[in-house]
Amino acid sequence: MTAGGVFAAALQGVGVAAGAPFVVGGMRQVRARLEGRAGGGIGQPWRDLRKLLRKQVVTPNGTTVVFAFAPAVIAGSALLIAVAAPLFATGSPLDSSIDLFAVVGLLFIGTVALGLAGLDTGTAFGGMGASRGLTVAALVEPTIMLAVFALSIPAGSTNLAAIVSTTQHHPGQVVSPAGLLAFVALSIVIIAETGRLPVDNPSTHLELTMIHEAMVLEYAGPRLALVEWASGMRLTVLLSLLANLFLPWGIGGDHPGVAGVLVGAAALVIKVAILSTVLAAGEVFMAKLRLFRVPELLAGSFLLGLLAVTASYFFVPALGGST
Amino acid sequence: MSSTYANAIDLTAGGFMLAGVMIVWRRELRSLVRLLAWQGAALAAFPFVEGIHQHDGALVAVGIAIASLRVGLLPWLLRRAVGAEAEDRRESTPLLNTTASLLVAGGLIVTAFAISRPLVSLDPSTATRAVPAALAVVLLGVFVMVSRRRAVSQAVGFLMVDNGIAATAFLTTAGVPLIVELGASLDVLFAVLILGVLTGQLRHTFGDTDLDQLTELRDL
Repeated sequence: MTAGGVFAAALQGVGVAAGAPFVVGGMRQVRARLEGRAGGGIGQPWRDLRKLLRKQVVTPNGTTVVFAFAPAVIAGSALLIAVAAPLFATGSPLDSSIDLFAVVGLLFIGTVALGLAGLDTGTAFGGMGASRGLTVAALVEPTIMLAVFALSIPAGSTNLAAIVSTTQHHPGQVVSPAGLLAFVALSIVIIAETGRLPVDNPSTHLELTMIHEAMVLEYAGPRLALVEWASGMRLTVLLSLLANLFLPWGIGGDHPGVAGVLVGAAALVIKVAILSTVLAAGEVFMAKLRLFRVPELLAGSFLLGLLAVTASYFFVPALGGST
Repeated sequence: MSSTYANAIDLTAGGFMLAGVMIVWRRELRSLVRLLAWQGAALAAFPFVEGIHQHDGALVAVGIAIASLRVGLLPWLLRRAVGAEAEDRRESTPLLNTTASLLVAGGLIVTAFAISRPLVSLDPSTATRAVPAALAVVLLGVFVMVSRRRAVSQAVGFLMVDNGIAATAFLTTAGVPLIVELGASLDVLFAVLILGVLTGQLRHTFGDTDLDQLTELRDL
């Protein structure tokens, strides 16, 4: 554990927490501009959060502690990934304990907490949303694991920092067949996991189509603020991981100085800004998929992940190494 | 130079297999034919890359001949057959839903990689290491043939099997004799022509190319 690593981890937590609403706001703004609207500005999600935080806490009749604690669990798990994952620098103090499986598990804790909260309200929409959300999650989590697993074979470790630094030293392996397949698979599941088009429409409240919104329908006030903020953080963390796993330029090393961490932070801000702009611009041209077609898309991305793993087993020895 | 060659073979094998997976994924007959043309391009790239690497003019010529047949002529014939189908019958209706098909495809690919291990270890080189991808396409082609109903999509499956066999031949033997390759290509061309005539006759007689209706005899 180094002082630089602690500084990087702390800055990552603060940066993701503060930046997540701006990522959401930026994506809404891009979408608004492309649709010919003025848009609410990049800071609008922060203003929404401030408004919600001032309201009183409302607890629906008949709900239990599950409903009350779920927002904190989602936000806490997202924040833990943000602190531990190699976002600004690879030398985080939690580095030894955070690997691929820990990240997927933490993400899934958040998803399950939200699903349970949806069930706990006892309303029709909550149950429907929870059922849909967990159906998608059950297909998404193995695919995330497979895609990152394909990247971890060249690195020889499932530790995220080890994968990132291997890619940093051998940038050529990203354009290998395994790398390309894993990138496509990971992009599709990140879109599904964060509830973007074409899996879920983040800006609709139409009862028959929504997934995420159906689960949080009964939340209001500060708890709604926490849920919205946490889902923004999940989006930001996943986009940052996608950026760093495939394009790890600029990220600070194992023993980063203050300057290294700041350079890493600036590089990540640029990468996430570009990725989220591309994602938002792509969404404008897409319609939401029928719910029954979603498992097809996710099964396709699972297959791409599986192919990435087989390809990295069988094609990589050609570049040197033993068979 | 040799790492560029290895990258080119790997990338071609990846694209070859990916085209096969996409054929399992998609339903519309038109996009099946388009994907088959892409797969033909990847197949033609094998002898082409090999020929450039070994400075062998005959292999490059074989690559160009295969490209003109599999990217130009065969997709054109299939597209004509698709164009003759009625507008509402241009989707192949798989017997298995897409999700299950994709999972089966994943299983087939892993099987192909597993069973071709002894084959690869006979003579490990860059080209033979791509053989599992070619075998996977053979298996995927058989799967497309048994799981689709329309005559055209079965022809697509047949051509996938043939693509896979041809790719295996190129990758394991480093160049089939030109005359053998020409004979095999001519065979495929005739097979597709006959399939085209057969599809036309089917449609003329039954008004449909759903092969499931051919399981029982009936008076005409």
